[in-house]
Amino acid sequence: MISGVRVFEAAGGVLVVGGGPAGMAAAAAALRHGARVTLLEAGYDLGGQYWRHLADERRGAHEHRLHHGWSTFQRLHEEITGHPRCDVVLGGSVWAIDRHDDAPPVVHVMVGAPDGTDREPRSYTPDRLILATGGQERTLPFPGWDLPGVFTAGAAQALAKGERVAVGQRVLVAGAGPFLLPVVSSLIRTGATVVGVAEASGRRRLARGWLTRPWELASTSSKAGELGGYLKDLVRHRVPYWTGRTVVAAHGTDRVHSVTLADLHPDWTRVEGSERVVEVDAVCVSHGFVPRTELAVAAGCQLDEQGFVITAAGQQTSVPNVYSAGELTGIGGADLALAEGEVAGTTAAGGVPRPSLIGQRKNLQNFAIRLESAHGIRPGWQTWPDPQTMLCRCEDVTVGELRDIAAKTQSRGLRSLKLTTRAGLGVCQGRTCGRNVEDLLSESLLPAGRTSYRPIATPVRLGELAATITPEREDPLP
Amino acid sequence: MGPQRLPATQDPVAPRDSGPLTITVDGAEVTGQVGQTVAGLLLGAGRVSWRTSRTGRPRGVFCGIGVCFDCLVTINDIPDVRACQRRATEGDVVSTEPPVREASA
Repeated sequence: MISGVRVFEAAGGVLVVGGGPAGMAAAAAALRHGARVTLLEAGYDLGGQYWRHLADERRGAHEHRLHHGWSTFQRLHEEITGHPRCDVVLGGSVWAIDRHDDAPPVVHVMVGAPDGTDREPRSYTPDRLILATGGQERTLPFPGWDLPGVFTAGAAQALAKGERVAVGQRVLVAGAGPFLLPVVSSLIRTGATVVGVAEASGRRRLARGWLTRPWELASTSSKAGELGGYLKDLVRHRVPYWTGRTVVAAHGTDRVHSVTLADLHPDWTRVEGSERVVEVDAVCVSHGFVPRTELAVAAGCQLDEQGFVITAAGQQTSVPNVYSAGELTGIGGADLALAEGEVAGTTAAGGVPRPSLIGQRKNLQNFAIRLESAHGIRPGWQTWPDPQTMLCRCEDVTVGELRDIAAKTQSRGLRSLKLTTRAGLGVCQGRTCGRNVEDLLSESLLPAGRTSYRPIATPVRLGELAATITPEREDPLP
Repeated sequence: MGPQRLPATQDPVAPRDSGPLTITVDGAEVTGQVGQTVAGLLLGAGRVSWRTSRTGRPRGVFCGIGVCFDCLVTINDIPDVRACQRRATEGDVVSTEPPVREASA
């Protein structure tokens, strides 16, 4: 227990952190199996990034047009929010987790408006903890990627779905993975013109990943339907889809006005002489997703070689009474997150998952393996940045500086690397640059996911922290 | 050219009219709809950047989901608020640079 912080509320039961597909499915399943459930979500609404939607006051009459599986969201939402044994806490940011050898972790939360000063401090002592904190996009650095007008594809998606704002009027979408396609559809439905989609993986690799053993895909046919809808949008709006091509530079002074596209070899190194410039006022880039593991790391959960949380058959982590579901355990999309969440909620509540649910999870895990083999990041990206390319956006550390300083100081640990290079030392605490730093330094130096170690999981104001100290707990002065 | 809010009359999603909302940003009025975030209002008004990094490079929204902290603003004298995570409320006073603190005597 952090000294001096009072236990505001002891929840008992099952505490679920994260209100996206995995967390919602976990909460609903735990309720069905008789548990008392607290569902914590940092944002204003349930749904996560997948079902990011308009605020209640602006709820759209045809919102399903922007979402896949909207009826699933509505069903889960109704099941959870109307349940007498469920406490849904919105605006709840977990900022620390205390580990205990003989008891489940204690979860410290600030409840209130994001980044506020007068949030309500709470500490939860659950019997079982389910972490469903999801993933975030990984964007590989290239010259000009820090120019305003360059967004993650997820930003375009969030602004389109949650705000009905298009990030630009002539937009290029680039990166790797099927996630680029719904982003195109969202942009089109928000009034933008998409000038093209550049998928970094080449045709042969895509075919090897997706067209081999097609019978395995039969059980994930809802995904084929989803994909078909997005492809229809590409055709109808004559959006070119290029493979083996990506953005290698963005140009502008205060904002992006054009980008350079280049063809890529199978290892993602550039094909020299293939460059061409395209005029845009926005570019949306996503090279895949990484798990948001700071809470899992804080709880002591073991990670695998790729930085994902290791789970057993019932979604148990290596820490007793701590479960994990969704993108934390591997990038597989919302359907896998829903299945894993349902398993986690069931086992955390003492139930046994149905065999059909286990089978469904297995099929969707195979889908995740295909995703990685067809679209996973290749090491050739490290030739895109030049030494002046910004790496850490908060501290303005360049790729050249990181390499030089790391070589000169021979820093071996994460802390000394951060202090000497300043990469990951700014406001985002390495959330954006961490994985790229790990890659650019030698593998043995920083294993995948190491930069997710953040004992303070989200910024908390000293004033708020001070206000949580009760007078009777203060040590008397000598 | 730049970011643009889709007018409700052209919107296939048909959002409910939640009523207008006005905030001031560095002294200028910016109007949006109730339920929008501060970042949504700023982008809807055509702005792509509103602060600078340590070395003076322009920054605005990058990740849109609260991860990158590129979109920080000061709201009602509270510094370091992620514009993409905070919903605007009527009359919010937004400053795009941190507040100047008076040195204590």
